[in-house]
Amino acid sequence: MLTKEASYHGCLRQNPSYLPERRERDRMLRRLSMTSKMNYEQLIHETALADERLLVMTAENRALIRNLPGPLGARFIDTGITEQTMIGAAAGLALRGRVPVVHALATFLTLRAFEFIRTDVGIPHLPVKISAFVPGFLSDGNGPTHQAIEDVSLMRGIPGMTVFAPADEQDMLAMLPAIWASPDPAYLRVNTRPATYQHTPFEIGKAEIVSEGKDITILTYGMLFEQALIAKDLLTQAGYSVGLVNLRSLKPLDEAAVLKVVRGGSLVVTLEDHFQTGGLYSILAELLLAHELTAKVLPLALKERWYKPGLLSEVLEYEGFTGQHIARRIGERLGDGAHTFGAKTKVVENEFAE
Amino acid sequence: MTSEKKQALSELALRVREHIVRLSTDGGCFTGASLSCADLLVYLYADFLNVHPGNLQDPERDYLFLSKGHDVPALYGTFAELGFMPKERLSNHLKSNDSIYWHPNRSVPGVEFHSGSLGHLPSVALGVALDARMRGQQQHVIVITGDGELNEGTCWEALLVASAHKVNNLTIVVDRNHFQANIATEDLIPLEPLAPKFEAFGAVVKRIDGHDFTALEEAFTALPFSSDKPSVIICDTVRGRGLPSIERRADRWFCNFSSEEITSLLKELHSQEATKLTSETLTVR
Repeated sequence: MLTKEASYHGCLRQNPSYLPERRERDRMLRRLSMTSKMNYEQLIHETALADERLLVMTAENRALIRNLPGPLGARFIDTGITEQTMIGAAAGLALRGRVPVVHALATFLTLRAFEFIRTDVGIPHLPVKISAFVPGFLSDGNGPTHQAIEDVSLMRGIPGMTVFAPADEQDMLAMLPAIWASPDPAYLRVNTRPATYQHTPFEIGKAEIVSEGKDITILTYGMLFEQALIAKDLLTQAGYSVGLVNLRSLKPLDEAAVLKVVRGGSLVVTLEDHFQTGGLYSILAELLLAHELTAKVLPLALKERWYKPGLLSEVLEYEGFTGQHIARRIGERLGDGAHTFGAKTKVVENEFAE
Repeated sequence: MTSEKKQALSELALRVREHIVRLSTDGGCFTGASLSCADLLVYLYADFLNVHPGNLQDPERDYLFLSKGHDVPALYGTFAELGFMPKERLSNHLKSNDSIYWHPNRSVPGVEFHSGSLGHLPSVALGVALDARMRGQQQHVIVITGDGELNEGTCWEALLVASAHKVNNLTIVVDRNHFQANIATEDLIPLEPLAPKFEAFGAVVKRIDGHDFTALEEAFTALPFSSDKPSVIICDTVRGRGLPSIERRADRWFCNFSSEEITSLLKELHSQEATKLTSETLTVR
């Protein structure tokens, strides 16, 4: 396990030639220890101060990194609205020993720049770290052009690419130091929604087991974790024994945790803001086949369709992905039409648009 | 350029062309596209670039990126002659015991980045140029594109970004052999007037005869052309240069000759006789 603080020391250790002046480093570490909670921008700033390999790149999507051009100087590179050139240039920078963290919208990165990611980052296995904005339902009102709901499928198909989806901002901040310190290329579904759950420390390839259940286990990742927590409570109130797993790391997958769930015999629910094809449902199916296992599985995903654009609360209500709807859909699968599973779920709207 | 140096470069280029011809059988290769940039690659590696088998790990070496990757026989022929790789390795062409195939890859020392998909390396080279500048290094970062490759929007996108960031250590070199894959550029997607296009995208441009070593030297030794702009050198070349029987032919991009034809083509290279080609032409795109 890599804590935030340990990872900074790790970066310094790995990279002695770029050690800042000792006084500067001590000042930085003091400041880190005083900062109880950082946001994404502060975390990337502090990491860049400690590790000169780290660069910040963006295709003019600065929402989370607006204040960094000044402090980072030449290490902040905005290529304009050019996802392909940004990824190609990131590969060139990584070839020279840098660790570029690139920022753009998930759909344009994974679709328009797909071949650049696959060919320039994937083939040479360069440590380019992709921070993809507004993935899945988080693009709420933007419409289908902006709906990255095949991104997990595409990114996990690239050999050597790692894929991460934090449940909320706190989860993301717990995950990032390890992701950035890794030598692997990485795709991250950026999620800055406020946490509704106190997360455990992160380790690449390990899921977070929130609860174990005899009747139902919900496997999920990303922003739907928040709704899954609500669904879990509603189903528990209705008398079910409910497990909940926040996968966090989709590739590498915590196979042991998922196999344990499958072998436990409960109904397995794969819950994701992604096309049903290629995402978690497919990941589970591949794992089951590889182990000659079968299971009762309920996929809650977008089956062969883009979702109705609107405010996030409208999207989740319309598409059936609020906590209440998730509980109801699972209940129906178990033949439970008796419960209404509470009142309409109140959904906190997104603060972050592109 | 002294006549001695010119003579030495010409002889080296002839040996590189022999390698290209020998690779044009048993599966074949992109012969026409390789012959057009042989003089350019020979000049760059033998005379201009600060890169040689002894400094391939030096972060301050010059970088050359071959974005039009299908002309790899010219690159590998040059590498074999200059000691980057043993000449025998070329006999592994298309064999599974090695990685000598139709596009460059980094298992061959001296290849800075793999290519094959067009329009990628201008942006990769841009990243390297940005890093070199960040570290205060002075080396040249050169990327060679085909002219057909300029159909790809990402070539222009990368130049737009390079101009915006005033990357003056980046040079785009166009092997202007006037052909796309199997069609003349001006008959399909016309590029002319080409120099003003690059100028409009913020580069300083020189246009030269890409087979004239003196002209190559004059252009490259004048780099960078500006203190705050990327440079572009358009090398007008002849596809199939050195083999009159395939020169300027749209249908001789990719060639897979018989062993008899290879023997004859090697003589043709030395201006001994014309080759009567009987092998079928291949259209691979």
